[in-house]
Amino acid sequence: MIFDWGVVAYAAPLLAEGVVITLQISVLAGILGLLLGFALGLASLSGIRPLVWIVRGYVDFIRGTPLLIQIFLVFFALPVVGVRFSEFWAGVIALALNAAAYVSEVVRGAVGAIEKGQTEAALSIGMTRAPLLIHVLLPQAWRPMVPALTNDMVTLTKNSSLLSVISVYELTRAGQAVISTHFAPFEIYLLLALYYYVLITALATASRWLERRLPAW
Amino acid sequence: MRPVILSARGITKSFGDRTVLAGIDLDVAEGEAVAIIGASGSGKTTFLRCLNRLEMPDAGTVKVGDETIGETAFGRAADARSLARQRRLFGFVFQRFNLFPHLTARGNVAIGPRRVLGLDRDEANWRAENCLAKVQLEAHMDKRPSQLSGGQQQRVAIARALAMEPRVMLFDEPTSALDPELVQEVLDAMRRLAAEGMTMVVVTHEMRFARAVADRVVFMADGAVAEVGPPSSFFGAPKDPRLQRFLRHLDHAA
Ligand SMILES: Nc1ncnc2c1ncn2[C@@H]1O[C@H](COP(=O)(O)OP(=O)(O)OP(=O)(O)O)[C@@H](O)[C@H]1O
Ligand SMILES: [Mg+2]
Repeated sequence: MIFDWGVVAYAAPLLAEGVVITLQISVLAGILGLLLGFALGLASLSGIRPLVWIVRGYVDFIRGTPLLIQIFLVFFALPVVGVRFSEFWAGVIALALNAAAYVSEVVRGAVGAIEKGQTEAALSIGMTRAPLLIHVLLPQAWRPMVPALTNDMVTLTKNSSLLSVISVYELTRAGQAVISTHFAPFEIYLLLALYYYVLITALATASRWLERRLPAW
Repeated sequence: MRPVILSARGITKSFGDRTVLAGIDLDVAEGEAVAIIGASGSGKTTFLRCLNRLEMPDAGTVKVGDETIGETAFGRAADARSLARQRRLFGFVFQRFNLFPHLTARGNVAIGPRRVLGLDRDEANWRAENCLAKVQLEAHMDKRPSQLSGGQQQRVAIARALAMEPRVMLFDEPTSALDPELVQEVLDAMRRLAAEGMTMVVVTHEMRFARAVADRVVFMADGAVAEVGPPSSFFGAPKDPRLQRFLRHLDHAA
């Protein structure tokens, strides 16, 4: 097999366009997913029964179904009930809804892992659940959350390639477009892998930097 | 006779099929210091935790003044909010300090006044600084727990409890996690507190402290109060054979 450097040189800048879209999707879905995930995580820590059950059910559903189906559900099923999004936003929302479930589990786990004595000390000075969470447990949970949340964000970025199936012109879709006109699948997929690898590595590096910056006691 | 401020009646608690407390009665008068001693596993910690409802007793009542812990004034079960308010009647000092590692000494003491009592930041800090001064920590207000010695940490924990202005202070072996040379500074702080008239219930292995500071000493065995009395007769002429044996063992150990 001859490696076609020409098509690589041709495709590299074209794919950069896809990289921009992939970045936009990942950042937007990441932010939405983190926000929603924190809200769900706090809800499941609130001790309010109906909230706990709703979150439980939601997390179960997301974990028990393929992401591809979730993407199709958002893209095809929601318009049926009158909600219409562009491909781009449908993709962002699907990825965010998916990530939120995993983020909520990270939040719940990190807060739950804090030593029981902290909760007891807070209770002993008359704290109720909300200030206990906000002022005692969460501040101690940030740092241990970072590695697990990074994993979720890495997964989300990789998962964004699935949005090619609803024609979002992100990195994978952009690559496929080049393949269909130039028929150099090996070169292009290798190039795609390289682009993703650089993105993910940058994300992981940023996360390690953040983890070092967060205070430890 | 000073009025009774804390009254525990028939406190019962089992874990699984193991009965740890089989009906404990204890009255503590205002300003009194009561020491509780007993063998490891005799339920001393469990009893203290039942008083402020860190542990839910199976049966029995705890009254502070005319408030029954866990009940509203109308005799109904207290909700989480009222229970949290009632817990403040007690200050609790843990064996392992349980300070908040992310906060300075000042922050540890101020968090209650600020987040529970709703004082503004300056008032809460001012109160925290006063309480820390009481336990001689004015030079360490800005340090985090990890920068303090065990003895200093335990004194911060005492100040944290005092800042909520409790009616009764509960201490669960406050010096047993400390290096020997740090024990005295904590006992001194407690001694001063007792001298100021704070009502205290102290679970301890420090017999000299019990002898010198306590108005009464309680011996717990087999889930009940086996003997109680002023230190002179308690240590001088113990009646319960289990207490006699317990004290003999201590003498041998010392
Ligand atoms: N949450 C719990 N679940 C099950 N068993 C428990 C629990 N807490 C305490 N126990 C048991 O109850 C008994 C009394 O424990 P407790 O800690 O009250 O004793 P203690 O007198 O404070 O002992 P020590 O001097 O060692 O501190 C022990 O046998 C202990 O194992
Ligand atoms: Mg104990």
